[in-house]
Amino acid sequence: MIAIVDYRAGNVTSVQLAFKALHAETVVTSDAAVIRAASHVVFPGVGAAGSAMQNLRDLGLIPVLKEVTASGVPFLGICLGTQILLSSSEEDGGTPTLDLIPGRVPRFVPTSACDKVPQIGWNQVHFVRSHPVVKDIADNSDFYFVHSYYPAPADPVFSIGTTDYAGITFTSMMGRDNLVATQFHPEKSGRVGLKLLENFVNWDGRSV
Amino acid sequence: MLTKRIIPCLDVIKRRVTKGVKFQNNIDLGDPVEMAVRYSDGGCDELVFYDITASAEKRPIDEGMVRDVAAAIQIPFAVGGGIASVEDMSRMLLAGAEKVSVNSLAVRNPQIIADGSRAFGAQCVVLGMDPVSNPDRARFPSGYEITTNGFRVRTGMDAVEWARRAEQLGAGEIVVNSVDADGTRAGFELTITRLIADAVRIPVVASGGAGCPAHLRDAFVAGGADAAIIAGMIHTGDYTIRQIKEELLPLGVPLRMTW
Repeated sequence: MIAIVDYRAGNVTSVQLAFKALHAETVVTSDAAVIRAASHVVFPGVGAAGSAMQNLRDLGLIPVLKEVTASGVPFLGICLGTQILLSSSEEDGGTPTLDLIPGRVPRFVPTSACDKVPQIGWNQVHFVRSHPVVKDIADNSDFYFVHSYYPAPADPVFSIGTTDYAGITFTSMMGRDNLVATQFHPEKSGRVGLKLLENFVNWDGRSV
Repeated sequence: MLTKRIIPCLDVIKRRVTKGVKFQNNIDLGDPVEMAVRYSDGGCDELVFYDITASAEKRPIDEGMVRDVAAAIQIPFAVGGGIASVEDMSRMLLAGAEKVSVNSLAVRNPQIIADGSRAFGAQCVVLGMDPVSNPDRARFPSGYEITTNGFRVRTGMDAVEWARRAEQLGAGEIVVNSVDADGTRAGFELTITRLIADAVRIPVVASGGAGCPAHLRDAFVAGGADAAIIAGMIHTGDYTIRQIKEELLPLGVPLRMTW
């Protein structure tokens, strides 16, 4: 059973529906025992980092997130879920976050009138290394993004994929051990996104 | 590079997709879920559904249809028509829509933009606007006046001022519809699209008048649009989305070419 962590940070309908399209069983939950028992954990999220961290504290979910990410269970962060895996976010005047991957989350700084913030739409992901979760996905495939802040892991070793926007190249997919995390929305990225989710479902959590 | 989005528009009446010219003479085109799957498989980047009688009938767009579309496709889609409250927005988003579009209601009650943006994030709130040209520059500095209720009611509001205000209130995107161009397939209304695109820092979507791929290039280049809504040119089968994209790519338009 795949646990989709519900911490009142946006709408998980499309995440649920994408796994349903793959015939994978999911449960949307904020129950630590259910998350602990899951074969896979999905950590989505849309919204602001400050209120997301507050919700995680209020729901008492921070210890279980640290536990499952250290346990070897395949774990997928999406969008805001990805950002708060890092050490801190610039959002809401600076927010300490889960620190499961060292790094920070800066805001895009537009370099011209063409750089709109948030970035909304389809952009390419260049895979900087292989990973079981991106198996059989073509380099520079387009994925759907909606975000104003971006992941900046402290060490490029954590980067799996990069994307160009607003005059910079940022880490749009990262990973460490049994953790993978995407800034884009695989659940809204058509067939290529479904392929990524299917790879995740079939992954044993070993990042070889 | 962020790509330009091509967005088929499906006008829905009683759970059937229809197409009219200047909001009249509607003809039946098919089932919304089947058409959503066909266009998604065909390479569109997003979809938009407007329930075109919902507003007059004072009810929101058919939630069951939204749920069925969301289960059938894995690309973003927006819904509009009859959205009268933050509760309506919430129901549509929970049913699986990525974005909710407000138009006449936001003119009457601009606060819904702010409330929706605060509750769900700016990316979920689309402002649709229906500007018509008005040469009275003393009242309408942009030369365009906002209308509502399918272009029937004039509001006295300047189009560019309204766009700026909507951005400040928290709209995540603005769709610029043109009544003069709608359904004519003679090209987008580029002047007002450009004025809005230059006035705000949120994405602008050109809508109304698409008839051939060159019209989309004009919307992206001359109009400064981030996305373009198309309808008749694909509903009739004159073009596929792949054909449109293959014609636009050599013209230098960044596009998503594999799906």
